[in-house]
Amino acid sequence: MSEHMNTWKSENLLLTKDLKVIFKTNAVSITAVDGVSFRIGEEDVLGLVGESGCGKTLSALSIMRLLPPNASLSGKILYKGEDLLTKNESELRKIRGRDIAMIFQEPMTSLNPVFTVGYQIAEVLMTHKAMSKKDAMKEAAGLLKAVKIPSPEVRVKEYPHQLSGGMRQRIMIAMAIACNPSFLIADEPTTALDVTIQAQILELLSSLKQEHKMSLLLITQDLGIIAEWAKRVAIMYAGRIVEEADVREIFINPRHPYTIGLLESLPKRRGRKLSPIPGQVPGLSELPQGCKFSTRCRYIIKECLNKEPELIPIDNAHHLSRCIRAKEL
Amino acid sequence: MKEILSVQSLKKYFSAKGGDSLKAVDDVSFSVREGDVFGLVGESGCGKSTLARLILRLIIPTDGRIVFDGMSVADAHGETLSKIRRGLQIIFQDPFASLNPRKRIIDAIGEALIVNKLAQRAEVKDKVAELLAKVGLNGSTLYKYPHELSGGQRQRICIARALSVNPKLIVADEPLSALDVSIQAQIINLLEDLHRASNLSFVFISHNLQVIEHFTDMVAVMYLGKIVEMSPTEAFFREPLHPYTEALLSAVPVPEVDRQRKRIILEGDVPSPLHIPSGCPFHPRCPKRFEPCDKIVPVLKEARKGRVVSCLLWE
Ligand SMILES: Nc1ncnc2c1ncn2[C@@H]1O[C@H](COP(=O)(O)OP(=O)(O)OP(=O)(O)O)[C@@H](O)[C@H]1O
Ligand SMILES: Nc1ncnc2c1ncn2[C@@H]1O[C@H](COP(=O)(O)OP(=O)(O)OP(=O)(O)O)[C@@H](O)[C@H]1O
Ligand code: SF4
Ligand SMILES: [Mg+2]
Ligand SMILES: [Mg+2]
Repeated sequence: MSEHMNTWKSENLLLTKDLKVIFKTNAVSITAVDGVSFRIGEEDVLGLVGESGCGKTLSALSIMRLLPPNASLSGKILYKGEDLLTKNESELRKIRGRDIAMIFQEPMTSLNPVFTVGYQIAEVLMTHKAMSKKDAMKEAAGLLKAVKIPSPEVRVKEYPHQLSGGMRQRIMIAMAIACNPSFLIADEPTTALDVTIQAQILELLSSLKQEHKMSLLLITQDLGIIAEWAKRVAIMYAGRIVEEADVREIFINPRHPYTIGLLESLPKRRGRKLSPIPGQVPGLSELPQGCKFSTRCRYIIKECLNKEPELIPIDNAHHLSRCIRAKEL
Repeated sequence: MKEILSVQSLKKYFSAKGGDSLKAVDDVSFSVREGDVFGLVGESGCGKSTLARLILRLIIPTDGRIVFDGMSVADAHGETLSKIRRGLQIIFQDPFASLNPRKRIIDAIGEALIVNKLAQRAEVKDKVAELLAKVGLNGSTLYKYPHELSGGQRQRICIARALSVNPKLIVADEPLSALDVSIQAQIINLLEDLHRASNLSFVFISHNLQVIEHFTDMVAVMYLGKIVEMSPTEAFFREPLHPYTEALLSAVPVPEVDRQRKRIILEGDVPSPLHIPSGCPFHPRCPKRFEPCDKIVPVLKEARKGRVVSCLLWE
């Protein structure tokens, strides 16, 4: 691993080192997250982008220590200098929701269908802030207003199936910000929202960031959101980070063929066929030797297949790429 | 050209607390020409998914009529109903909720093939693998359960399953939002190929206006249960007519850095379908409202050739 990743800086709120998530199914074991290291400072916004299935959600769940039971996790997760991997379940329960919170990707499966949405938000407040039920329900309505749900007093008493997809997503957001966490993971937080409400929600997260010095790990496929809201960006492919840089650099000076391919895939003009990256991601158990992107890369040379390139700085210490031809691109 | 779908004065009212009714879809009419992609956009909660579920007969309308390929959806039974069921497929907004957690992918899609007599048992594996390849998934996915897949992979399974029965019209509710841009591009190209090769039609619901611009032929904008603007796609993006549409287009996040832009910020609270404002339902937030907007209800009228809008500015 590269030098600068190992140095602990006090302004780092969260730092992961060499995260690995391995699934053991039958005879084979699959490494779904392989050596992911990143750091997030106070009031920072790190955007995490990458191929569907590349391990973004699993990386996030690792930080929450909420991986599925058949997954094993190794590496380090330092939150304010303390390693979350050494914490037991009851210590974790205190941290989750209060210090570190997460907006989950699929609201319908994360909300409980038999409780009202108001109660589900209130429960977080009762657990972490020792509020009475009455106060917590009142606060829940306030949170619904904050996430721009109309008629909040009525909606608190409704069940998830009575709400639209975008409202459910905002319920998840309300639950996650209920206790003003200092670190928020937002996994595709606004995919179900129209762009005007999306802008208002991102504005809200951004003001929380300032008021409460909150940091944000923002997982999204929407490069428009990344361009407007992220400070730094990490691009993932097949369980690894393949490029990491400040947001400007990613857009004007991408240095990994996968990032270049993503930017070229965006819809541009009407009537023109889109240009996606050809082929598909190999299954995690069938990854090639050497560079994992090599099966789809148009810049491939013989050396790419020898050994997996490391994630190393190119032009400056802040722009990292995992491609041996990064300097030529 | 032939109409594949026609929706006439469709209404869906849900009953809410205290005997109020929530008008989720209120007097919506439109039609989709065979081979066209009809885009549907609008504020979260404005009734798009409800409209999709009405078309698929998953819920019963309060009033109005839906005609698919010449058959009335509400009255269909027997052979007509199974023809509609095959011809009309849906891709849901929430992929996990629409897959059976106890079925492997090969069984989930294979069953649809067998039930509809599109494959013999012995061919199922190859056919399913072929469908998966079309949506960019490799063969190792065949024997997985939904929980072993990522959100985007699950959505592609739903797309493959919808395609498996060779439908005529697919109602796609936010089908791409969980996918990365490269796979989005692959799938749009795939849908476009299918659409050209087999004259497949779509009702395509999306918040992604770049995708709407690229993929659709017509666009309708909904606001609080009603269509407020409907237009051929190109004209729509060139010159939005309704003030809500203007605000919507101005809020699209653009994947470029160093760009100054003017975003129209909508003031005021997002209105509730439980208390629909008087006059023009958009008036409390409209940057262009004028004297009578809080009193007179605008109706959908032709403002330009082939384009309708409901706004007093255009009356
Ligand atoms: N319980 C599980 N058992 C086996 N494999 C799993 C399990 N959960 C996830 N995986 C695999 O791990 C990989 C990473 O999944 P993850 O959900 O992190 O992807 P993602 O980057 O969030 O994708 P998306 O953008 O589609 O949400 C996927 O290939 C998935 O198939
Ligand atoms: N089963 C139900 N019972 C009561 N109200 C419902 C039900 N289903 C939907 N609604 C209400 O109908 C309105 C429209 O919901 P719908 O899901 O159609 O919105 P949408 O346009 O798809 O929004 P989104 O973009 O957020 O998915 C919302 O106010 C919602 O709360
Ligand atoms: S009718 Fe008035 S309030 Fe409604 S959209 Fe037009 S200008 Fe705005
Ligand atoms: Mg995910
Ligand atoms: Mg919806």
